[in-house]
Amino acid sequence: MTVAAAVNETSPEKLLSPVLSAFWDQPESWTLETYRRHDGYQGLRKALAMSPDEVIAYVKDSGLRGRGGAGFPTGMKWQFIPQGDGKPHYLVVNADESEPGTCKDIPLLFANPHSLIEGMLIACYAIRSEHAFIYLRGETVPVLRRLHEAVREARAAGYLGRNVLGSGLDVDITVHAGAGAYICGEETALLDSLEGRRGQPRLRPPFPAVAGLYACPTVVNNVESIASVPAILNRGKEWFRSMGSEKSPGFTLYSLSGHVAGPGQYEAPLGITLRQLLEMSGGMRPGHRLKFWTPGGSSTPMFTDEHLDVPLDYEAVGAAGSMLGTKALQCFDETTCVVRAVTRWTEFYAHESCGKCTPCREGTYWLVQLLRDIEAGKGRMADLDKINDIADNINGKSFCALGDGAASPIFSSLKYFREEYERHITGKGCPFDPAASTVWADDTRTSHPEVHA
Amino acid sequence: MSATSSSQGVQLGMPQLPAPDYPAEVRARLDADAKEVIARYPDSRSALLPLLHLVQAEEGHVTRTGIRFCAEQLGLTTAEVTAVSTFYTMYRRRPGGDYQVGVCTNTLCAVLGGDAIFDALKQHLGVGNEETTPDGKVTLEHIECNAACDFAPVVMVNWEFFDNQTVESAKRLVDDLRAGRTALPTRGAPLCTYQETARILAGFPDERPGAVEATGGAGHASLAGLRLARGESGPARVGPPRGVPQQDTPPHHDEQPPKRHPSSHDAPQKTSDSDPDFPAGPIAEEGEG
Repeated sequence: MTVAAAVNETSPEKLLSPVLSAFWDQPESWTLETYRRHDGYQGLRKALAMSPDEVIAYVKDSGLRGRGGAGFPTGMKWQFIPQGDGKPHYLVVNADESEPGTCKDIPLLFANPHSLIEGMLIACYAIRSEHAFIYLRGETVPVLRRLHEAVREARAAGYLGRNVLGSGLDVDITVHAGAGAYICGEETALLDSLEGRRGQPRLRPPFPAVAGLYACPTVVNNVESIASVPAILNRGKEWFRSMGSEKSPGFTLYSLSGHVAGPGQYEAPLGITLRQLLEMSGGMRPGHRLKFWTPGGSSTPMFTDEHLDVPLDYEAVGAAGSMLGTKALQCFDETTCVVRAVTRWTEFYAHESCGKCTPCREGTYWLVQLLRDIEAGKGRMADLDKINDIADNINGKSFCALGDGAASPIFSSLKYFREEYERHITGKGCPFDPAASTVWADDTRTSHPEVHA
Repeated sequence: MSATSSSQGVQLGMPQLPAPDYPAEVRARLDADAKEVIARYPDSRSALLPLLHLVQAEEGHVTRTGIRFCAEQLGLTTAEVTAVSTFYTMYRRRPGGDYQVGVCTNTLCAVLGGDAIFDALKQHLGVGNEETTPDGKVTLEHIECNAACDFAPVVMVNWEFFDNQTVESAKRLVDDLRAGRTALPTRGAPLCTYQETARILAGFPDERPGAVEATGGAGHASLAGLRLARGESGPARVGPPRGVPQQDTPPHHDEQPPKRHPSSHDAPQKTSDSDPDFPAGPIAEEGEG
């Protein structure tokens, strides 16, 4: 763990490593001009001086892993694209950020959309694609505006279109707004949606690298993965590998939210801990303590204060029984009812289940019925085993990974907080006061009703 | 297939007649827009989602006429278009207000105050979920996680961000919207109507001066880490060290359980099967046979 020596130093200047977020506070940070002032499009120039295969090898050697949840090596995804097959190749950027708790790509694209455009150009050059798509969730119109503008600016400056920077490379980018469906964050459902269909996942194989968009070889990458590529090209794979660990190198955006004193985006080397992030950002809100948290969105099994020192990289979080996911660190304090939290997440999965496979469609429906009863004090002890059984019938048996995600909060909350479920049943109701969990709860007690946390 | 019987109000289980087309001048304008949308894609069917946004921009919701238009543009059946339009939550199946006010009630926002805000707005406006105020200004709904958790609790109006809301600020917001006063998002451009927003979603850039640059580079929470990395430090406070047993005794153990079911707002939605007033196609204001 190369990072071990560095993280003993506890100052934020040492622990954090803003790269993508380095100039978000500059005037008009989203413009091409500001981006160029901060080394913008230098990575592209370096990539164009290499052969496409060299670019793929370089990204692979850097160790960059997918930032959308699964952590698959980005360069390897590019390498899977068959070359010389005579078919068009496509790059599709997954900007359908919808996983509960996840809030990194949207602020990134709002403040610095050109890092994505530049990364896409490099990726298109590497995989020999002439047409790339950004599939942005539709519910974020301010980001859509900035992407429209960034593509327009890039085209006007000769970064997009025919013969990019005189290299012979032809690339165009289409910005595509989705229409509200969590499932479209699943890469094959996203492809179906982009083809103008209901967003339902596809059977694999064939994988998108062989038969993706319009049955052509396609790379689907997360926004943050692609946006990280220009800095790797420009500053070098050794620089990238100097951060994080051997298997989880580099920097990434951690999104701190919930009952914390300093919610926000914290860009740091992989392997930082929640304790370090909380220590530097002011901790939990005054007078409260951490009860449970997610390392990477609601689909990653929850942790408790036992896990404050787990290094937040792919291996360590996995070894501790969860997944790094999207690094969405949702922190809840002792005022929060875990049954209420899990019930609400499960309602989300039931609402968003695409209906294609039975375990997820039916399982999430029945989980909601049982959880609502438990939350309202109408449950029975046998219901706890029943929700565990139903979750077990979804996990690993559903058509796509989003079904597995629905089982995670059930399993993990029963593991750490079974006693709290039981108290809802024996006490015939929820022992928590929802008003105490609000951001203004403590303000009103001290009569400052308008102070925002 | 007799039109006569249905015009006499006798239900014979006959299929609906085809929806009427748009008036000629509207059709000509939309034809040109659709051509531009379709040209962005190697395969025309990919234009379906933007085209559904486009017909929503025209009429405020996806009508049977809009579905017919999309089908004709893309060489699809109206059944194929309907199947897609009913899958996605952003396509309205009935008319709504100029301002769609969405309160995030996914877990994190709900716990931090979203539930209280949503309940207060329902009472304040006198409408339920997905209902519109009588003046046609505001459609209230609860929404899922909108990728702004570090700004919780979040309210979206026509998909612009209104961050860090309270019950009071949210009430003021809807009052302003109904009174026609300016309501500025914390992140995003000055509000346009729901239909104008739908046009941006169809892929036509917002041409209003200042719309792209409105509210600056990044929200305050997005900059939290950057500011610390630059040497501005906050007070240190952290949870218990590893190994200390947790004591999560609820603070209000002796209180009665809430009278109202905390999650009851999220009861299963009616579907086209269970909701005869709104069949799988959107409601038809056009005359039928």
